[in-house]
Amino acid sequence: MTTVYTLRIDGRDVAGSEDATVLDVARENGIDIPTLCHLDGITDRGACRLCMVEITGSNKLTPACMTKIVEGMEVTAHSDRLLEYRRAITEMLFVERNHICAVCVANNHCELQDTAEELGLTHFDLPRISPKVDIDASHRLFSIDHNRCILCLRCVRVCDEIEGAHTWDIMHRGLDTRVQTDMGIPWGESTTCTSCGKCVQVCPTGALFEKGRAVARGSKTRRPFLPWMKVVAEERGL
Amino acid sequence: MSEMPAAARPVRRRVVTEELHEGPIRASAYVCEAASCMSAQAAEITARLGELVAESGLGDVTVKRVGCLGLCAAGPLVEIAQTGQLFERVRPDDVDGIVAALRDVKPTDERRPQGPFFEKQMRVATENFGLVDPESLDDYVGRGGYETLRRVLADMTSAEVRDEITRSGLRGRGGAGYPTGLKWTTVAKAQGSQKYVICNADEGDPGAFMDRSVLESDPYRILEGMAIAAFAVHATEGYVYCRAEYPLAVYRLRAAIRSAQRAGFLGAGIADTSFNFDIQVRLGAGAFVCGEETALIASVEGRRGTPRPRPPYPAVSGLWGQPTLINNVETFANVPAILRRGAEWYASIGHGKSRGTKVFALAGRIVNTGLVEVPMGMTLREIVYDIGGGIIGGRPFKAVQTGGPSGGCIPAQFLDMEVDYESLIEVGSFIGSGGLIVMDDTSCMVDVAKYFQDFCRDESCGKCTPCRVGTTQMWMLLDQITRGEATLDDLATLERLAAIVQKTALCGLGQGAPNPIFSTLRYFRDEYMAHIVDRVCPAGVCAITPVEVMA
Amino acid sequence: MSLPRVATVWLDGCSGCHMSLVDMDERILDIFSRADLVYGPLVDFKEFPEDVDVCLVEGAVSSEEDLHKIRMVRERTKTLVSFGDCAVTSNVPGMRNPIGVGPLLDRAYLENVTLNPGIPSDIVPKLLPISTPVHRVVKVDVFLPGCPPSADLIFTMLDDLLAGRVPDVAGSRFGR
Repeated sequence: MTTVYTLRIDGRDVAGSEDATVLDVARENGIDIPTLCHLDGITDRGACRLCMVEITGSNKLTPACMTKIVEGMEVTAHSDRLLEYRRAITEMLFVERNHICAVCVANNHCELQDTAEELGLTHFDLPRISPKVDIDASHRLFSIDHNRCILCLRCVRVCDEIEGAHTWDIMHRGLDTRVQTDMGIPWGESTTCTSCGKCVQVCPTGALFEKGRAVARGSKTRRPFLPWMKVVAEERGL
Repeated sequence: MSEMPAAARPVRRRVVTEELHEGPIRASAYVCEAASCMSAQAAEITARLGELVAESGLGDVTVKRVGCLGLCAAGPLVEIAQTGQLFERVRPDDVDGIVAALRDVKPTDERRPQGPFFEKQMRVATENFGLVDPESLDDYVGRGGYETLRRVLADMTSAEVRDEITRSGLRGRGGAGYPTGLKWTTVAKAQGSQKYVICNADEGDPGAFMDRSVLESDPYRILEGMAIAAFAVHATEGYVYCRAEYPLAVYRLRAAIRSAQRAGFLGAGIADTSFNFDIQVRLGAGAFVCGEETALIASVEGRRGTPRPRPPYPAVSGLWGQPTLINNVETFANVPAILRRGAEWYASIGHGKSRGTKVFALAGRIVNTGLVEVPMGMTLREIVYDIGGGIIGGRPFKAVQTGGPSGGCIPAQFLDMEVDYESLIEVGSFIGSGGLIVMDDTSCMVDVAKYFQDFCRDESCGKCTPCRVGTTQMWMLLDQITRGEATLDDLATLERLAAIVQKTALCGLGQGAPNPIFSTLRYFRDEYMAHIVDRVCPAGVCAITPVEVMA
Repeated sequence: MSLPRVATVWLDGCSGCHMSLVDMDERILDIFSRADLVYGPLVDFKEFPEDVDVCLVEGAVSSEEDLHKIRMVRERTKTLVSFGDCAVTSNVPGMRNPIGVGPLLDRAYLENVTLNPGIPSDIVPKLLPISTPVHRVVKVDVFLPGCPPSADLIFTMLDDLLAGRVPDVAGSRFGR
């Protein structure tokens, strides 16, 4: 039997099972905490820092996605301070690389855009970095435009934990960090990629996209799950 | 030793040690063979001295390799042990004077005072520095090494050892100052089938070389300290995580581990008891962030060295998910002394909540660049002027930077402040691992802040957004200021950004990255204003060309 | 009593935001019954007048002319609105920023040209090193992102501004 803990989030009394995280309990109770690196079903890493919440009694902010609930916990998930931080972090993700919504396949289907809208982010004050970033279009079905990658690493985790291929990983560090396929070879030359398309499906932005889609036609929500499995199966004569 | 570049690889060679002599020793020359002196041909000096002593037929004179003598600025150093006479900047082809001095040593000679650099120090963690041959287990044992471990294993329980450390008031010397006894107790009480002890030797702060000196000068002491810690927390396996940029330290550490294993001080049944403990070395591949404990653990496990959110803390779930004790090199170096001389003795040294001594690496615009150990609570003025010999060229003192890239700059008004964990935090800095970089009026504080920000952005692992992006943005804004292209709005943005990064970054690297900005703004805001409003660099460091500024 | 004076300016953008403004349909009559349109590409005035109450700026600041113009506009305007993604983020004009002006012009006017290659210099304004959002150059009072902002949002914002309210731009977002 699992133990149920009761706690308070934003002044509301809520409850959850002992292995639940603050984020789980908040969402079950309709309290929206923004996230980008979190995805249900794969390991959390607490890296995007959007879901940071305040826990009474601790002077440090903590990521809701990786904080297990405790009996009697008092959580502040929304405050002016947290809103300022979340806006700033979203802003950082926008200005880190070259996000040009107007020419993006994921325009209007993008979780980064959604987050900015929810947080009321209307412009950027932080310096823009404008790095030169590559595109890898060597795969026959998909492409990756690193300009739009926010390093949430959903692709890396879904490829490893769900598909079991571990084609994706990361290389370099700091601002030079890139997701990469098979130790940095072009995606199209990867021998481990099964072309399952899970990475494309879970990408929150237009970084990973299906070839042949026009601007704003890269919807990831309204199509059947993993349609490319069928394509691959046909190719292999299965 | 394949990971070591050929040029840096120490050559095994015979050193004339005291044991080779029958009969009493009248005079001994101790040659410093830590990295700094080694880089200035100390090994050749030892060899040449040995030859000359043999040629001269001085049968009662020895030449010995020892660890760091401390005064790195004047290296290579040779000391005559009996008189304390110190030869500075020795050249291999000019050691005749030393031989003559050795010839003149009389059995009645006493050590002469060596001046405030040596006299004002108090050596605990570094007590064997300049005395033992770091590559000789016999020499270490001859100086009382491993007596403490034997006694601990024979006479004490784990709980008694932990209690002794707790009462000594020892705190983590890696910088955060977490009470060591408390950490040991947490690990000892944590549930786990296997526990580990890790020595964090991934020293990476610019200007810091305490851990390197300890490993190069007295490696057995770290092994002994780790073994005592392992006994206290019920661990049987240990790792030393050392950066690969320290080839000599790694070489001596590995040699020490091998000989300690052969002599029964590591491995199964240590010192004829039922206690088992063994140590492996892991090398860092050049990432500063691997000094952060969760990143370090990831790296030891063979994964990408990036930190993860805590809790769980390593004391509960660390290496391979097991309870893990991680302490810094200097912390372990203090352990044998505390157990040998007692918690009360150690606790009697120091100031406030900071007990014992602290090793500092003096660097920057200071006369006596080198390694020193002083009691906690010594004033900055004593450290910089009495021990450090003051500023090069007698220029005015401007600030001292402590705590590395997470630390801050302490201005002249605090020179009489007693240095300990709390006082430094109060003035907006951080004791850190112990690097002290002294600056005079030729340093521009905005440029200093920019330097540390450049370091942080380069070393950011890229995992969390605020550090990955924010450190670069802070650097860009500082760069704009130093080029005279910034506005007051940019300064406001910088301050806002710094506060956000501090609060939201995942690990200490990102959370600490804004500290140099905060502390320079706190004490040297006028310099920022001069760059922004008047478009001049008061120290004349930043090349500002008049340009049209947008807005 | 004279009506509030509204102007619009077109810098480095595609005019899509102005199209969206016109897309307010009959509501445009409502707005301009309460305000005078004193300058902009939709009307025929040669000089940007003094004492403008509200100015919508479409497009990024990409050339010396843009820079000169926006500074003048700012001086003569009470409430400056950064109007659409190019003005707010530099958007499509900003795509050239990682490339640099030199390689950009070489590509456009030399490398891909077979007849009379040459970089125009005399009659066109010089490009700035990077294309920047309006608020990087002058102070901006209201931000209305969108590519383009929808006619509804533009109407709500103008309606609020003309009624003296702080404009509500909720629902605005980058792109779309």
